[in-house]
Amino acid sequence: MKYICQLGIILGVSFAGEVLARVLPLPIPASVWGLVVMLALLILRVIKPEHIRDTAEYLISIMPLLFVPPTVGLMQSWGLLRDNWLSFLIAVTVITAIVMAVTGLVAQRVEGGREE
Amino acid sequence: MTAFLSDSLFFGALITIACYALGMFLKGRFKLAILNPILIGVILVIGILTATGVSYDSYMKSAEKISYFLTPATVCLALPLYDKLALLKKSWKAVIIGLIAGVLTSLLCILLLCLAMKLPKEIYATLLPKSITSAIGMDVSVELGGVGSLTVASIILSGIFGSISAEWVFKLARVHSPIAKGLAIGASSHAIGTAKAVEMGKTEGAMSSLALVVCGLLTVVLAPIFYGFL
Repeated sequence: MKYICQLGIILGVSFAGEVLARVLPLPIPASVWGLVVMLALLILRVIKPEHIRDTAEYLISIMPLLFVPPTVGLMQSWGLLRDNWLSFLIAVTVITAIVMAVTGLVAQRVEGGREE
Repeated sequence: MTAFLSDSLFFGALITIACYALGMFLKGRFKLAILNPILIGVILVIGILTATGVSYDSYMKSAEKISYFLTPATVCLALPLYDKLALLKKSWKAVIIGLIAGVLTSLLCILLLCLAMKLPKEIYATLLPKSITSAIGMDVSVELGGVGSLTVASIILSGIFGSISAEWVFKLARVHSPIAKGLAIGASSHAIGTAKAVEMGKTEGAMSSLALVVCGLLTVVLAPIFYGFL
C-alpha cells in the first residue's frame, strides 16, 4: 500500500506537470514542470520527502533503462547521423571538454574570491 | 515469426530489459566507461530488431510500456535536488555563476558549430540540449523540433566522453577545487559523469548531481532563446 500511495503522489504531480505544459504557452516539457511543482511542494512541506522517497529512488535508479526504447529510435534517423557525423563528433568531444573547463574555472574563481 | 514478434505485447519490453541487463553485467565485469548500459542496450536491441525484421514502431508498441515511467522518474529528480538545498545555499555563488557560465558556453559552442558547418535547424535543436540529463534534454529537443533519439545518443556519448576525460581536462585547465570539479562534471556530462564524480569524492558527487538538475532547468529556459539565433 505504501508504494501505491507514493506512486499515486508522483503520478499526481506528473499530471499537474502535463496540465501546466498544456495551459502555459512556453516550450517547457511536462516532465520539467512536474519537477518544479514537486520541488515547490517539498520546499513548502506539503509533501514530505518520506512520502515519496522509496518509489522516487527506485524510479531514479532504473532511469537509464527507461531511455533505451526512445534511443532505439536512432534506427530511424541513421541517415541524419551519417550525414552529420563530424559535427556530432565535435559536439560530443571538443564541446564537452570546453564546457567542463569553463564551468570548472569560473566556479573555482568565484569560490576563491570569496575565501581569500 | 516476424509477424508474431511484431504483434507480441512482451517481446519489445523483454529484449529491452534483457539487453540492458547484459549491459549492466558487462559494465560491472569490465568497469570501462565506454561499456555504458544504455549504449550496449540500444546497440543490442537494434541488432535484434534488424535480425528479426521487427520494425521500430512495432517494437515501440511493447517497449513504450517501459518508457511510460520517464516523466514520473524525471519528476522524482526533485527529491535529490531538495536533499541538496543546504549545499546549494552554502556555496550558491560558485554554483549559480559557474553553472550559468557552463550552460551559456555549451549553447554558444553548439550555435558556433552549427554556423560553421552550416547545419540545418533540425540538427541545431537536436544538439542544443546535449550536455544536460537525457530526461530533460530529450523533451527540450523534441519541443524545439529536434530528433529525440539523436539527442539522447549525443547526450550519452557526451557523458561517456566527459567521464573518461575529466581528470585530464582538470589537469590541463588547472581546476583543483572539489566543488568546481563536481560542478564542471555535472554541467558537461550530467548523470553519467556524476558516477565518475562520486568516485572522485563526496563533495564532487553532490555538486555534480546538483549541477545536472540546475543545468537542465537553465537549459530549458535558455535553449529556446538560443534556438532563435540561427
